Amino acid sequence: MAEEKVMMKGNEALAEAALRAGCRFYSGYPITPQTEILEYLSWRMDEVGGEFIQTESELAGVNMLYGAAAAGARALTSSAGPGFALKQEGISYLCAADLPAVLIDVMRIGNGLGDIAQGQGDYWQLTRGGGNGDYRTIVLAPNSVQESADLIYGAFDLAEKYVHPVIIASDAAIGQMMEPVELPPMKEHDIDSYDWSVKGCKTGDVQRIISNVCFYGHKNYEEYLTAKYREIEKNEQRWESICTEDAQVIVVAYGISSRVAREAVRNGRKKGLRIGMIRPITLWPYPVRAFEKLPGDLKGFISVEMNILGQMVDDIRLATDAKYPIEFYGTFFDVPESERIIELAEQMLQGQGE
Amino acid sequence: MKLKAPETITFTTSGFCPGCGHGIAARLIAEIVEEMGLREDFIPTVDVACGALNMDAWRFDTVMAAHGRPIVTAIGVKKVRKDKLSAAYIGDGAAYAIGMAETMHAALRNDNVTVIVMNNGVFGMTGGQMAPTTLLGQKTTSSPGGRSAKKQGMPFDVAKVLGQLPIAYLARGSLDSPAAVEKTKKYIKKGFEKQMNGEGFSLIEVLAPCPTNWGLSPVESLKHIREKTRAYYEVGEFVDRKGEQA
Repeated sequence: MAEEKVMMKGNEALAEAALRAGCRFYSGYPITPQTEILEYLSWRMDEVGGEFIQTESELAGVNMLYGAAAAGARALTSSAGPGFALKQEGISYLCAADLPAVLIDVMRIGNGLGDIAQGQGDYWQLTRGGGNGDYRTIVLAPNSVQESADLIYGAFDLAEKYVHPVIIASDAAIGQMMEPVELPPMKEHDIDSYDWSVKGCKTGDVQRIISNVCFYGHKNYEEYLTAKYREIEKNEQRWESICTEDAQVIVVAYGISSRVAREAVRNGRKKGLRIGMIRPITLWPYPVRAFEKLPGDLKGFISVEMNILGQMVDDIRLATDAKYPIEFYGTFFDVPESERIIELAEQMLQGQGE
Repeated sequence: MKLKAPETITFTTSGFCPGCGHGIAARLIAEIVEEMGLREDFIPTVDVACGALNMDAWRFDTVMAAHGRPIVTAIGVKKVRKDKLSAAYIGDGAAYAIGMAETMHAALRNDNVTVIVMNNGVFGMTGGQMAPTTLLGQKTTSSPGGRSAKKQGMPFDVAKVLGQLPIAYLARGSLDSPAAVEKTKKYIKKGFEKQMNGEGFSLIEVLAPCPTNWGLSPVESLKHIREKTRAYYEVGEFVDRKGEQA
């Protein structure tokens, strides 16, 4: 029987749904606007018999998670913007060691310290990564409290399937807002369920080594790595398309921006504009398949993001082989306005766009 | 005297330089773990440095952590596998330079984990640069004029800092003679026993030779430890909570 809906903040829903997915280990450090995750787990983890550690830094947080993941636990850490930047080294190491783990970035704005305001300042950090070497991480971007719970609940399975870290890309607005949410059922994870995890070497067995030397133990690492990422790209693209079949202008937006974009589609359609939306749910792998069958009289795209330089524009250009004009509507501190999206769509249709 | 190698040593080709201390420590740890009947329950975490070569020398499930982070990684292992023996095996650069925050806070939390710090006074794998533990006057590739107190500060003595904290166990041993090696083994064993008793954080520093980077022969290196290193770094036990539970 489905549980009743409860009112929760996006951050709390992420924390609770992670526990229900069998996560019994969290290590992290406070930073706005994700601190509710840490605070919630500081008491709730005790109730479910898990381990919560407030670490001395984000570095310690991600490297402690590395140990828990190596030992076979479902492990979680979380941060935001500048704090998440400190986790990049650890993410590169998790990828090198082939370890499943879930990390949350509740995005804010700007580089350096930036500000705690709602924003989507980390698209490049999340999809390109700030760590060294050849790696990608699966990045899931919820646009509601319900989807926050649903995506993180499945994120641990995804991490396990590919033996690879998965990142939840939330933002200050989604993380802080309260909405009704139906929580998934509680699951227990068996810490001994993986062959590869360290658990103590039985006499006569070959020892398991979790090495951060990426090619350690591989006969043909180049082939292995290429195949791993191709497989994820093939299987895991997720998106939502709205009114794209006959669209002349397609708005591309994820997270909180996509809710404004959806409003723009609804109101634009009422005015007779043929406007649609593609909402990437996976920021990596980018949902290029969403851009495969486009209407014949499509004029162009509008990327709506809460940053200054248009961090997602390159991915739309790559997904469309640069065949269409792409307008960028970015905001800093503020949430985008649906009226402005409609204005830009009208301009594009009148041939005044980029 | 009958010598018997521990069964948990793999005898793969060693990458260590002649006279290196890591091989001795690897053997001691393997012996202790076997004596304690924990060969199937020991999960070491090694650092990125020469000591990481031990992961192939041991027949233990082993984690290799990022440089300077093995202590927190070993805590991560221990938190989710409380019945196992979890130890971080690291160098003085990891423990007292890049990983000083991790060392301090693991001690402050009195986390139930054991740390073995191989102190050879230099960054070994990168070719012998100055470490926090480099002795005054000691020439390294990054302190060619010799370490000076005025320019680079005093060598770091963990006993003076962690000795003040309510941790389970703190000791320093040396590898400069068979007698010193035996004592070091006792210290490490005590640290492991305290963890299995749930007493909390234990750190054992081991004064180890690095002939290659010291520019000395293996024999001269041991003499150097006896005459120079031990003149600054006192060996012995500094904290011992004697069975109190954390």
